[in-house]
Amino acid sequence: MSAYVAKRLATAIATLVLASMVVFAVLEILPGDPARLMLGMNASADQLQLLRDQMGLNAPLPWRYLHWAGGLLSLDFGRSYTYSVPVIDLVRERLAVSLPLALIALALSTVIAIPVGLFSAGRRGRAGDTLAMGTAQLGVAIPNFWFALMLIYVFAVWLRLVPAGGFPGWSAGAWQALRSLLLPALALALPQAAILARVTRSALIEVLNEDYIRTARAKGLPYRAVLWRHALRNAMIPVLTILGLQFAFLLAGTIIIENVFYLPGLGRLVFQAITQRDLIVVESVVMLLVAAVIAVNLIVDLSYAIIDPRLRNRQ
Amino acid sequence: MRIWKTILAAAVLSLSADAAFAARADLVIGIPLEPPHLDPTAGAAAAIDEVLYANVFEGLTRIGPNGEVLPDLAESWTVSDDGKAYTFRLHKGVKFHDGTDFDASDVKFSLDRARADNSVNAQKNLFAAIDKVDVVDPATVQVTLRNAQGSFPYNMAWGDAVIVAAESAGTNKEKPIGTGPFKFQSWAKGSSITLVKSDDYWGTPAFLDKAEFRIVPDAAAAVPALLSGDIQAFPFFDPDSVAQIKDDPRFKVVIGSTEGETILSINNKKPPFDKLQVRQAISYALDRKAIIDGASAGLGLPIGSHMSPASKDYVDLTGRYPHDLAKAKQLLKEAGVENGFKATLKLPPPSYARLGGEIIASQLRDVGIDLEIIPVEWAQWLDQVFAKKDYDLTIVSHTEPNDIDIYSRKDYYFNYDNPAFDKVIADLNLTSDEAKRKVLLGQAQKILADDAVVGFLYELPKVGVWDAKLQGLWENAPIQANDLTKVKWSE
Repeated sequence: MSAYVAKRLATAIATLVLASMVVFAVLEILPGDPARLMLGMNASADQLQLLRDQMGLNAPLPWRYLHWAGGLLSLDFGRSYTYSVPVIDLVRERLAVSLPLALIALALSTVIAIPVGLFSAGRRGRAGDTLAMGTAQLGVAIPNFWFALMLIYVFAVWLRLVPAGGFPGWSAGAWQALRSLLLPALALALPQAAILARVTRSALIEVLNEDYIRTARAKGLPYRAVLWRHALRNAMIPVLTILGLQFAFLLAGTIIIENVFYLPGLGRLVFQAITQRDLIVVESVVMLLVAAVIAVNLIVDLSYAIIDPRLRNRQ
Repeated sequence: MRIWKTILAAAVLSLSADAAFAARADLVIGIPLEPPHLDPTAGAAAAIDEVLYANVFEGLTRIGPNGEVLPDLAESWTVSDDGKAYTFRLHKGVKFHDGTDFDASDVKFSLDRARADNSVNAQKNLFAAIDKVDVVDPATVQVTLRNAQGSFPYNMAWGDAVIVAAESAGTNKEKPIGTGPFKFQSWAKGSSITLVKSDDYWGTPAFLDKAEFRIVPDAAAAVPALLSGDIQAFPFFDPDSVAQIKDDPRFKVVIGSTEGETILSINNKKPPFDKLQVRQAISYALDRKAIIDGASAGLGLPIGSHMSPASKDYVDLTGRYPHDLAKAKQLLKEAGVENGFKATLKLPPPSYARLGGEIIASQLRDVGIDLEIIPVEWAQWLDQVFAKKDYDLTIVSHTEPNDIDIYSRKDYYFNYDNPAFDKVIADLNLTSDEAKRKVLLGQAQKILADDAVVGFLYELPKVGVWDAKLQGLWENAPIQANDLTKVKWSE
């Protein structure tokens, strides 16, 4: 068990270091001068030089990498060029939107997908299955920004149940904040649920064909018990893998939905930072997301071992 | 029992009275870009002025709804005969929002800070003519210029020239302290900025108690935000989305003018664009109407030189180069490039450039000029085109107000050099008489049109959409600002 964990941990750390080098290098070769962008078209060469000095942009590249990477280790992400506040503060503010949003979306997606997957697998080939999987196909096909706009027109413009967008902040009260996250979470969750339902269904069907299922049925276990105790547990590995990927996607890949609902999330922070050449923010947030993805993968890997005892003993 | 009825009746009455008489005094305004910080004297981003100009910060002078220079913290001013000394008389009893007093020393501090060697003011050239600033008495400031500058009161009206206090200048980026009718309340980063009415304002108080600027970067999100009533005004609305709103009686669509001359910039030193005939041929080959229809949803006025049609100094030169392919081909023949040539067209991200670029490329192809379109990001554009002048043609909107002098700047990215034009601009600097300035500005516009320095396309429109019951928002945008000092709800 511990060897398995140690190996996974070592891989995760090596990936993190490599990723930091790639991220830093790629962003540094990107053309465009942050100082020029901040001062605009009327700035003189002297002014630009002055601002570059103030921002520490004139130091040699390797030195700046070490400075930055060293800062990351002590959780000092540096200061944003454009906002001129610590990056960690920006990230903390944005995470207060992105993290709950991702979690709600993930919960919604799971709550919808797993029962649908179970239902469909149990009725393979029958009308209920066809209907459920047809709907899921539609869910995968519909672009989520379009779905988001439809949700806005129905629930915000027409019924006026929730705001059309924006985020009042948690200080406005948990209910107000949650209300404004409801539509975006739904818009994010539905396409994910569709994918997850299909994966759950096919994983279950595969497992249901296994010999041990027939054995379980033959020894007299009711179908329901077989489905829940034997089939679902064995079908969990592909489902968990997808769930892990989805969480990483929901945390980092919500730029479009954040734009449609003008939510101040992490995705928009990165997007805005890229256009404004706020490199330090881009680098730090991308690294944070890389770390999150690696952590999620690590957790998924470790939970395989919990679900499937065979993995624990294989080194 | 009786007493309860009376109380209840009174309560109901007072409630309904409140609803009927208290006019609404809050407003949520949508803005497309978030300001990077809140100090207008330390950044070029237009979004800073869109929130703070005239609302939180005030200058010696200010710009009015139609581009006119109005007194602000200075109640009046006089100019010496040689045009070099300006004496400003300041309003008395003015306080900054942190309670400190405003006087002449704050003016001296602000101007000296903006023109200092280590200043990062984005428009340092506004202050370049200042030789010294003297405090005559607490209510009088004298500014001495190195040379006469007729546009000095106008320059002092820019957001970059607002008056700040020494005590708060260092923290204005996060917590702006000005003298205006609104004071800063809070900034939820990425989401919104809230201003509230300042109770001890020196001038006419604002009508609104509270104004929230909400950041909505996506044009598709702006329409439902309006329809649901979440946001009541978008002073800078996406022209392409107007069709969805304009027939709805709940909203007003107001089409005004900006100071954004949208032009096809030409590298005047790069062959064959160094030849006047080639540049003129391009001007003849452009069909402005098709460009405005395709790139700006049919909104926006055509221009023939570098001046806003809304300006009092505007001269209509749109007839100088009518759309005439035969004439264009003939000029190219005279220039010795009758078989056409290849060139590049670098396009920054705004849709006026990306859409306009496609149309212009096809129009120039009709006279044999084969353009390769290269999309670039803003950062790349500033670096390659603007700083390094590594380009043939590009499309950009010059949104700074009254900026015809950029054509006389040495080393500017047009690579244009005409001593006759420089002379006009130099004379302009020495002239403060409005009538004489108008004549000179007319000459300047004509020279640029004759030289076909760039392809003049159209003035970027300002499309504002807001609740029909809202009054007092600006129709035009002589500067990038959302002046809320006169905004109120009708009824």
